[in-house]
Amino acid sequence: MARQIRRLSEIPREELFVSGHGLCAGCGIPPMVKIALKAVDGPKVVVNATGCLEVATTLYPHTAWRVPWVHNAFENAAATASGIEAALKALRRKKNWKNYKIIVFGGDGGTFDIGLQSLSGALERGHKFIYVCYDNEAYMNTGIQRSGATPVGAATTTSPAGSVIPGKPENKKNLMDIVLAHRIPYAATINAAYPVDMWNKFAKASDYLEKGIGPIFFHYYSPCPVGWRMDSSLSIEISRLAVQTRLWLLYEVDHGKIKINVMVRKPKPIEEYLKLQGRFRHLLQPENSHIVERLKRYIENNWNRLLKLAELDSIY
Amino acid sequence: MSVTVRQVRTGLNGDEAVAYAVLHADVDVISAYPITPQTIIVERLSEFVYNGELDAEFIPVESEHSALSAALGASLAGARVFTATASQGLALMYEILYIVSSLRAPVVMALGNRAFSAPINIHCSHDDAYAARDAGWIQFFAETVQEAYDLTLIAFRVSEDERVLFPSIVNLDGFILTHSIEPLHVFSSKDDVSKFLPERDPVNAIDPDNPITYGPLALQNYYMEIKRQQAEALFNSKKIIDEVFDEYSEFSGRRYVPVKKLFVDDAETVFVLLGSTAGTMRHMVRKWRREGKKVGVVSLTLYRPFPEKEFVESVKDVENLVVMDRSFSYGSPGGQLYMDVSAALIRAGVSPRVLNVIYGLGGRDFTPDLAEKALEVATSTDVPLIWLGVRGD
Repeated sequence: MARQIRRLSEIPREELFVSGHGLCAGCGIPPMVKIALKAVDGPKVVVNATGCLEVATTLYPHTAWRVPWVHNAFENAAATASGIEAALKALRRKKNWKNYKIIVFGGDGGTFDIGLQSLSGALERGHKFIYVCYDNEAYMNTGIQRSGATPVGAATTTSPAGSVIPGKPENKKNLMDIVLAHRIPYAATINAAYPVDMWNKFAKASDYLEKGIGPIFFHYYSPCPVGWRMDSSLSIEISRLAVQTRLWLLYEVDHGKIKINVMVRKPKPIEEYLKLQGRFRHLLQPENSHIVERLKRYIENNWNRLLKLAELDSIY
Repeated sequence: MSVTVRQVRTGLNGDEAVAYAVLHADVDVISAYPITPQTIIVERLSEFVYNGELDAEFIPVESEHSALSAALGASLAGARVFTATASQGLALMYEILYIVSSLRAPVVMALGNRAFSAPINIHCSHDDAYAARDAGWIQFFAETVQEAYDLTLIAFRVSEDERVLFPSIVNLDGFILTHSIEPLHVFSSKDDVSKFLPERDPVNAIDPDNPITYGPLALQNYYMEIKRQQAEALFNSKKIIDEVFDEYSEFSGRRYVPVKKLFVDDAETVFVLLGSTAGTMRHMVRKWRREGKKVGVVSLTLYRPFPEKEFVESVKDVENLVVMDRSFSYGSPGGQLYMDVSAALIRAGVSPRVLNVIYGLGGRDFTPDLAEKALEVATSTDVPLIWLGVRGD
């Protein structure tokens, strides 16, 4: 059984993802990866889609990984993991083969957009792995281009805050809804400002995999100081604000039953969140107040919808 | 190794023959997506798995891109892995073809050769095989259903050899071989085949106790050395392919060589080609010999690595070479085999007249009449490139 914790101090110090990598100061990815690799107990293998995490941690002849790590391409991490899982099943049945758990990391580009088909196929086929989408809301590795995960109004290099079109015109795609449409046994959102919650979700996922229950999906809120144009010391604070403004809903769906992990009774104004990030600065101009209003409606609808869904015994 | 293994004479189409070879190879993972004319392979394999005849995981992926992506994952994990595709499917796999060979994953793929769109066409061209020629895969071409069966077994043995560790493609002409029932000999069980093809003993398979970083980023300071090593390793695999051909010849009683020749030694004109058309040409060459015409035929069972030495050796004294391409490299001097052959001849300092014949695209029949026409053109004109049997010519 993987250990559930109540305090950060219970997290063991030994790292499987080590220093020397080139991820930026304040990047949201490392704290999540470190927790994932520790909370999922026993032998494990990582599959990584092309993206920041991949390029910054494996510059040949160096590696930041103390676990087997496989990178194939951008859009096929879930398919690659499918193959590893199928091989493991066959080899364990036919030969004396060591068991291990499979954890996949992909960014929002590699998951929401180019890798969506591969992910959907793998979820539908029911492969037993954990897939984590680290969502920094744009193509950061290529230099901050908009993705299906970029929120409305955000400025990126392909959705600039122009004088005619002020940032991304479209809403963020709801990835959790798409994932849940596959009726997978366990899916959850995670956030680095709530590390104990994150740890315990990974530990639960680990136990499920142990029992042959999967696939499992995590949607991780991953701040990007460079792409979001914010102070790199603010990553955790921004992560917390995302939850406290009800922009990022922290919940899990266990065999169809929704549990809201952080009940935000009195949400903070979204402006507090927007004003800390250069990508949203133009939204605070009076002429763009309609976009902020749109964002507020989105937040409210999303929250109310989740509350309703959480009343059901199962959404499946 | 002596021939002690029982074989059964039966009738199968090319797709079924490949499926039986995969069954007899006792693969661990099959990852494939349906596409004509390869579909029968995955249908038969599904039956073998669902009926318990083959203890393997069949991954019914949602695209060819995922088929090869999953095959790579499974191969790195240490499994014996098979996939199959054709035409557009190969094109969709294209990105991953290079990654599989660069990560030295010994995946075996059957390619039911089919024309690329547009116009959409489900019949035979070698567009797909040629599209993969630069990707670092070993490529075999079957002339018959028997060869499709044999070469599939050979491909696993070659690819998984620790001195090779490259993926292989077994080409079989769409419909002409995939859907034609021919008599052939197959082994009676995987246990018998295991004497030639033992279970895979993977090198550097995924192992949590020995964590390896597979597929890292390598930039200006290392990329080129890695690619040079890959290029040399693929050339060096030729020696092992020769060894395995010899061993399989003895094991099966059917002789395999990289370059097949008929009536080449004193020939004035020699046809060079790939795949099932070699059978038609062999028939024609015998006929021409009876008529006193000095014609021969060379067909390549091994296309990549290109068997340059044997090829040049076999045609160095020939006056007229006719290179037959069932595809065209648009904007290039000719078809893809023509360019390989030309480069090999130049390097060897031999300069016969070389005619390039483009034939049979999209499954158009290659008939004895067209063969006669090809011979006539080859011996009477100086036109370097003809499209054989095209309306309006």
